[in-house]
Amino acid sequence: MSQAQLAARGREASPSAPTGPTGSRRWRHWREEIAKTLFVVPAAFAIVVLFGYPVVKNLTMSFQEYTIRTFFTGEAPWVGLTNYVTVISEELFTKTVINTALFTVGSIVGQFIIGMLLALFFHRHFPLHGVLRALFLLPWLIPLIVGSAAWRAILEQDSGILNVTLAVFGIDPVPWLTSPDVALLAIILVNIWLGIPFNLTLLYSGLQDIPDELYEAGALDGATGWRAFWNITWPNLRAVVSVVLMLGVVYTLKVLDIILGLTHGGPANATQTIATQSYQRSFVEFKFGEGAALSNILIVISLAFAVVYLRATRRQVDE
Amino acid sequence: MTALAESRISRTGDEQRRHRRHLMVRHTKNWIRMGLGIIFLIGMLFPVYWMLNISLQGSGTTLTSSVFPLHPDFAGYRTAIADQGGHLLTSLIIAIGTVVVTLVIAAPCAYALAQFRFRWISWALLAILISQMIPGIVIANALYALYQRLDLLDSIPGLIIANAANAIPFGILIMRSFMLGVPPSIVEAARVDGAGRLRAFLSIVVPISRNSLITVGLFSFLFAWSDFVFALTLTTKGTIVPVTLGIYTYLGAHVANWSPVMATAVLASIPAIILLIIAQRYIAAGAVGGAVK
Repeated sequence: MSQAQLAARGREASPSAPTGPTGSRRWRHWREEIAKTLFVVPAAFAIVVLFGYPVVKNLTMSFQEYTIRTFFTGEAPWVGLTNYVTVISEELFTKTVINTALFTVGSIVGQFIIGMLLALFFHRHFPLHGVLRALFLLPWLIPLIVGSAAWRAILEQDSGILNVTLAVFGIDPVPWLTSPDVALLAIILVNIWLGIPFNLTLLYSGLQDIPDELYEAGALDGATGWRAFWNITWPNLRAVVSVVLMLGVVYTLKVLDIILGLTHGGPANATQTIATQSYQRSFVEFKFGEGAALSNILIVISLAFAVVYLRATRRQVDE
Repeated sequence: MTALAESRISRTGDEQRRHRRHLMVRHTKNWIRMGLGIIFLIGMLFPVYWMLNISLQGSGTTLTSSVFPLHPDFAGYRTAIADQGGHLLTSLIIAIGTVVVTLVIAAPCAYALAQFRFRWISWALLAILISQMIPGIVIANALYALYQRLDLLDSIPGLIIANAANAIPFGILIMRSFMLGVPPSIVEAARVDGAGRLRAFLSIVVPISRNSLITVGLFSFLFAWSDFVFALTLTTKGTIVPVTLGIYTYLGAHVANWSPVMATAVLASIPAIILLIIAQRYIAAGAVGGAVK
């Protein structure tokens, strides 16, 4: 509001301004520029406070002994690379990195393949095709912690419906979330389930953007079925595919809800990832310096993929 | 048209029969596809169905539950509302607050980035894209320290601000891609009539871009409603508990009675279900636009 008032007041004032014609024009130009800039100031401020500050703060925190005591004494002594050395030299670190890699790769491969097959399936028109595809979005729209809760009930060892069903076929109950051997697999399966709608939606819209004429021309050359997929669909979908994969990686790397909701990183750290470890250090053990060191490692990994993502989107814009 | 008419005239009875058979095969294939689609969907939505089913089972242990809630028992919902009703309300307030903050901050910026010629626009867009990739735990780590000093821990405004972090970059990108299509001439016309930039924005650009604002509003609501990371890290005393945290607390203890847990889960899914039914086209727009454009 104040902006409009300012502009209005300026308009009244400018004709009677004592400056010469060039001066008033320059003044008007500046006023224009300021008015334009005011549109972005709130968002710029928000992004600086909510993203810029956290990134810088994490960086400085990671070089400090920043603990719960810091909040009372205000003291956070500089400790150099100690936090990084501590978290990396710990035995758990290797396991955490392997878990993160397995969780990310497993989730992405599963989500992508199933999402792709479903996108191809829904690309054909048939009765109820729109409604059915829309309902596929539901698992993606409900809170992740709700999805985790539902799967906790399903995967429960003694009475969960999965083991009850397996028992019908004579298979012994599997301790899905309580055995270190299968817990990681279980959370990957749940995360695949959660990621399918996202992959389906993006890949489907990518398929929609491929002009039908290409398939018609291909059909004349005998390219149908698999050959049409490899020679027409896949090359034209490449940009969308790389975006889907990179976003999938970036989103999966930072997953907390699902793991905390299903296994809390256990049993015996079998499902501990860099993200859950960072949470554990900062908010359970209140060693914010170590938590920050781990989350910075996470940022570096994410940014590496972000670079690939940005190059992919740029290529897409160019094309 | 004429070609079609000619072909219809010249088509022999034999060809017609073949054509009809071809249509019938296609028809059957379509029905088979629909059947498969329904089967896939049932598989996909089974966990959601199971959640609903258990929420309606009185006894609450999953072992004794049947596959269909033939004798629905609402005891789970009574417990859920008694335990978590307030948490649902907290989540609702936070989500609505996030929608307001996001739209007020992101819409003008989206417009400026779409229509004004700033030299640094590509840098701004790059920053927005990268900001979407910063893990929530990084933001939580820093905001915890900041909120501690500003006394914003365990507060609804604190959670609204944190949730806006998720929604603002997304909102700017979605609305900008829409506002690129707003013809500058209509804004100029209003400016000639004496409207200030802000008035022109509010009275012309906002109504035209209504659909993208709705998309962003809906997604901001869902982001905030579903938020778990900030609810978990930026509250310490248990005075402000969003429903996601309420469910997590339920899950933390050994779960002896699943029906209240699942009832809460169902209640927490209601916004998603409502949005899917009444606002599906906006959701598809947001899903695709946020990631690709």
